[in-house]
Amino acid sequence: MTSERSAVVAMRGISISFPGVKALDGVDFTLYPGEVHSLMGENGAGKSTLIKALTGVYGIDSGSIRVQGEERLFRSTADAQAAGIATVYQEVNLCQNLSVGENVMLGNEIRRAGMVDWRATHAAAATALAELGVHIDTRSILASHSIAIQQLVAISRAMVVDTTVLVLDEPTSSLDRGEVEQLFAVVRSLRDRGVAILFVSHFLDQIYEISDRLTVLRNGTLVGEYPIAELSREQLVAKMIGRELGELDAISASAERPIDRSGTPVLKAVSLARKNALEPIDLEVFPGEIVGLAGLLGSGRTELARLIAGADRADQGQVEVGGSPSRLGSPRHALDRGIAFSSEDRRAEGIVGDLTVAENIILGVQARRGALRKLGAAEVQAIVDEYITALGVRPANPNALIRNLSGGNQQKVLLARWLATAPELLILDEPTRGIDVGAKADIQRKVAELAEKGLSVVFISSELEEVLRIAQRVAVLRDRRKIGELATQDVDLDGLVAYIAEGQPETTSSDREKIA
Amino acid sequence: MKKFLSHRLVWPIAALVALIAVNTISRPSFLSITVQNGQLYGSLIDILRNSAPLMLVALGMTLVIATRGIDLSVGAIMAVSGAVALTIIEASPAPGNLGVVMIAIAAAVGSALLLGVWNGFLVSVLGIQPIIATLVLMLAGRGVALLITKGFITTINSDPYQFMAQGYVLGLPFAFYVSIAAVIVVGIVERRTALGMLTEAVGINPEASRLAGVRSRGIIWGAYIASGTLAGMAGILYSSNIMAADANAAGLYIELDAILAVVLGGTSLAGGKFSLAGTVVGVFTIQTLKSTITFLGVPPAVSPVFMAAAVLIVVLLQSRRFRAFFQTAGRSALRPLTRRPDAKVLS
Amino acid sequence: MATLTAERGPVAPTTYRRFLSRHVSWIPVFAAIAILLIMIAGSMAYFPNFQLPRILSSILLDNAYLLVLAVGMTFVILTGGIDLSVGAVMAFTGILCASLLSQGVPVAVAVPAMILIGATIGLLIGVLVQFFDVQPFIASLIGMFLARGLAFVVSLQSIKVDNEGLLWLQSTRFSFAGWYITPTGIIALLTVALAAFVLRFTRFGRTVYAVGGNEQSARLMGLPVVRTKLSVYVISGVCAGLAGIVLTAYSGAGYPLNGVGTELDTIAAVVIGGTLLTGGSGFVLGSMIGVFVYGLIRTIISFSGAEQSWTRITVGALLLVFVVVQRIIVSRSALSK
Repeated sequence: MTSERSAVVAMRGISISFPGVKALDGVDFTLYPGEVHSLMGENGAGKSTLIKALTGVYGIDSGSIRVQGEERLFRSTADAQAAGIATVYQEVNLCQNLSVGENVMLGNEIRRAGMVDWRATHAAAATALAELGVHIDTRSILASHSIAIQQLVAISRAMVVDTTVLVLDEPTSSLDRGEVEQLFAVVRSLRDRGVAILFVSHFLDQIYEISDRLTVLRNGTLVGEYPIAELSREQLVAKMIGRELGELDAISASAERPIDRSGTPVLKAVSLARKNALEPIDLEVFPGEIVGLAGLLGSGRTELARLIAGADRADQGQVEVGGSPSRLGSPRHALDRGIAFSSEDRRAEGIVGDLTVAENIILGVQARRGALRKLGAAEVQAIVDEYITALGVRPANPNALIRNLSGGNQQKVLLARWLATAPELLILDEPTRGIDVGAKADIQRKVAELAEKGLSVVFISSELEEVLRIAQRVAVLRDRRKIGELATQDVDLDGLVAYIAEGQPETTSSDREKIA
Repeated sequence: MKKFLSHRLVWPIAALVALIAVNTISRPSFLSITVQNGQLYGSLIDILRNSAPLMLVALGMTLVIATRGIDLSVGAIMAVSGAVALTIIEASPAPGNLGVVMIAIAAAVGSALLLGVWNGFLVSVLGIQPIIATLVLMLAGRGVALLITKGFITTINSDPYQFMAQGYVLGLPFAFYVSIAAVIVVGIVERRTALGMLTEAVGINPEASRLAGVRSRGIIWGAYIASGTLAGMAGILYSSNIMAADANAAGLYIELDAILAVVLGGTSLAGGKFSLAGTVVGVFTIQTLKSTITFLGVPPAVSPVFMAAAVLIVVLLQSRRFRAFFQTAGRSALRPLTRRPDAKVLS
Repeated sequence: MATLTAERGPVAPTTYRRFLSRHVSWIPVFAAIAILLIMIAGSMAYFPNFQLPRILSSILLDNAYLLVLAVGMTFVILTGGIDLSVGAVMAFTGILCASLLSQGVPVAVAVPAMILIGATIGLLIGVLVQFFDVQPFIASLIGMFLARGLAFVVSLQSIKVDNEGLLWLQSTRFSFAGWYITPTGIIALLTVALAAFVLRFTRFGRTVYAVGGNEQSARLMGLPVVRTKLSVYVISGVCAGLAGIVLTAYSGAGYPLNGVGTELDTIAAVVIGGTLLTGGSGFVLGSMIGVFVYGLIRTIISFSGAEQSWTRITVGALLLVFVVVQRIIVSRSALSK
């Protein structure tokens, strides 16, 4: 079917590099009119970069982009829009303070003698919305409507300006089931009108519900293009994650050590949930245990970690730390109870760029001690030297500015910061992302050593080999709920991949209450 | 660490030295210091004395700016402080009594401290933008000062009070000692305790600091309290200088001079790392600049034009676009960049 | 295909709800009007000499310059910026105008020239903000310093104006049933009307609101964000120039120390009039209410014989209340999402 029609978008040999990383390497991408096409890939795969190249946010280093047969060079988002490519973002980039009708027609208001004719403008907006089956008061302020409606407003705006390619970036993250169905009905009707729709989402079930074709990226290269019927979920996940065997030691011997789960858990979370981020989840971690959290991007791993770490507040659920109920209302509370959290976004939430390595390492300790009791120079030196040596930070200069270190060494400094606070539970969110192989090995080895000595760890990583290697148990998340847990001894990589893709959720205690 | 410090101060000190050099060339008497009655006199001594109020205010402003904030109310706080002190002294039957003067000063600085608490509350607890939060006091503060002086310019006759701004100790102006003492105390508090580093962390990356368990609210609040208190002390010096409480003129535009001094000293308006030494250099630079303008015969009322030019130059030099303008020659720098090379690479 | 009328949550579109959902940004303005009415009612009850038409007319007379400034400031604040230079620019154009007139330059030349100068200073500020990433308050501080110093360059003392053409603006009065108005008042009201029209019925005006609401969205929607942000500072400068002329006509002289602190009064009037400091919400009609509130406060204080310094304190307190309430509303609506 698709090969007979000519492509509306043909990207060939697209390469984009940033300082230190090649985000896309010779990627081809084709979009046909009247199809819903999903772009799939994990973190670092290049998905977002490719979309930004198509929508004019990034320029390309090499390759070509043809829209409806014509070669185009996008220097700005306006250029892409002029070529008929419109994007509806997760944050719905509209103006909340203006009316619905105005948002639909902004920049294209109907004018009479130089003046905006509001009646005609609102009528045109109402017509555009009606074509998508939306009947709301166009004079009402956009902010008074739900995200679901706002997205439909954004889509109808795209249709007003004659869009041929509609990019939907994570449109369902904030929608409930009914709203998703409404959105999909609109998407199907647009597809039937000949619009090409690029659908980006992490919800596997929804991908399979709405898409016609898939393109899979991994590590900046194209893995392949597939009609949806020809690729099972398991195959898809396998292609996205890949099987990379690192040059890493067998740390798995350590993981096979027995864990005493009879005593009080270091952490016990029951029905922990947060609106629009996480469905109720239970989790227990015992002393000296490493629990991995596995799942695709968007499955809720980071959200769960942040709740346990006090970085976000839970809407419901209870947490017991070392047996006593705790309210983890801030990172400070969590640290006081021995829970340390290493965020996945080093740059925005980790390093304090203009401070030195030493200052970054002792920041957590100093914060706990308070502003008035400064750590003595000797004490600082002792701590800093210990960790620089133990983790192998290069250059081994405590006075270097942390922003001048490589990613791997920055991560080690951050790890040192958390370890210096002598935690009972250490949560690591993607600690080995974007760092060289040697540093990866160092960090994993260190974590295993510490666990042997009694530290409990929650370990989040998209690289499933790491998780299997280090952890005793893996909790698998999908679409913001926990599907189940596996003992790492009992499962291999294929099995884990299959479980992530196909595993059925076990009923938890809170689910049982709902069903009853 | 020393390397870093000297690197940062190189330009501010060079600017100050250049300014002094220009002054000396055009009037060799600039550097001369004479001794009369055991007291030193001269242009340099004048600068040391006259810079004292600005030094105090700029110290506080440095801390506030480091937390990514600003304090526009310092001039109004100066006015209130002077009004409180002089009203107490004037109402007292023994205005020349040292005890009375001490009480008056304590009350004045105490009021200023409370105003700082107020500002800090608005910013750190209620989360109001610093500009607006301190703007409110900037508006209302002078009115309050006028009320305290009942609309008049209160004048007093009190030797101990006069001593604050006009007295000499060991040949140097007492006011100078006050400003140096403030520099030392603030320096000790910021650098001998962990307060300085935590303040910088909060300014550089508030979210990372929060996740590391830093109590940002207290730190930000404290910065405004410090700024208010120091402004209160500056108010004492100012009113002591003219032996009057002039609610309208006290500290007029001093917040702008203070911001300029901080920026000249190398601290960025975006917050984060700050340099007290840089601020000190900046204060002396501004005071020398003002002295130069006066010497050139420019009416002091017109000096804002020169200050505007100075701020403009500093601000442009700090602007990345401006530097890019010169590096990549012309128009292309003005067009919005299609790709931001330091943008986070998402999947 | 499903028809979408129902939304999440229990929403019965009553008239009240519909009104709210359409006009939520008018609510702060209604609050300002309520305050104004309460103050008027209270004054009429408390002061025996309080004749409403006369008082309101005299408020407009005394504060016409502030009204013009408030219009310009509204544009700037709507985009999320701020302009601290307006008082100084008003003084500069005022005294320059007086100086030119006293040297024989015809009114028809001097007046447009002042507006042009105001526009130029506004453009300078806008360029600093837009192209050199200077924070608006620093950039407008530079403008303030510059204008204030230039005012003193023109003259260190006040310059009296004898020019009939300019003085006519103030000396003429059109009276009707207890109300009166001068040409300066008419100029101020016309400025308000023109601004209200532009903001409601032109693409430029709607872009101002869009930029203030969400600048990134506006950019992604293809709106001319850069041009708009520059223009609002130019408009503020033009208003400052116009205010300088109005003030000079009103006081019969140019005075370099005019307008010290006026920018703060202007901001206070705009905020009290219901414009959100965060941008994207507000109306020039609201700012006009704010100016009347300000003027009424001044009048009440002088009526009651209290010291003039109470004006600034009251205005400051009122500003604070409005800002805190705005903040509470904003954080509540963010939480409910």
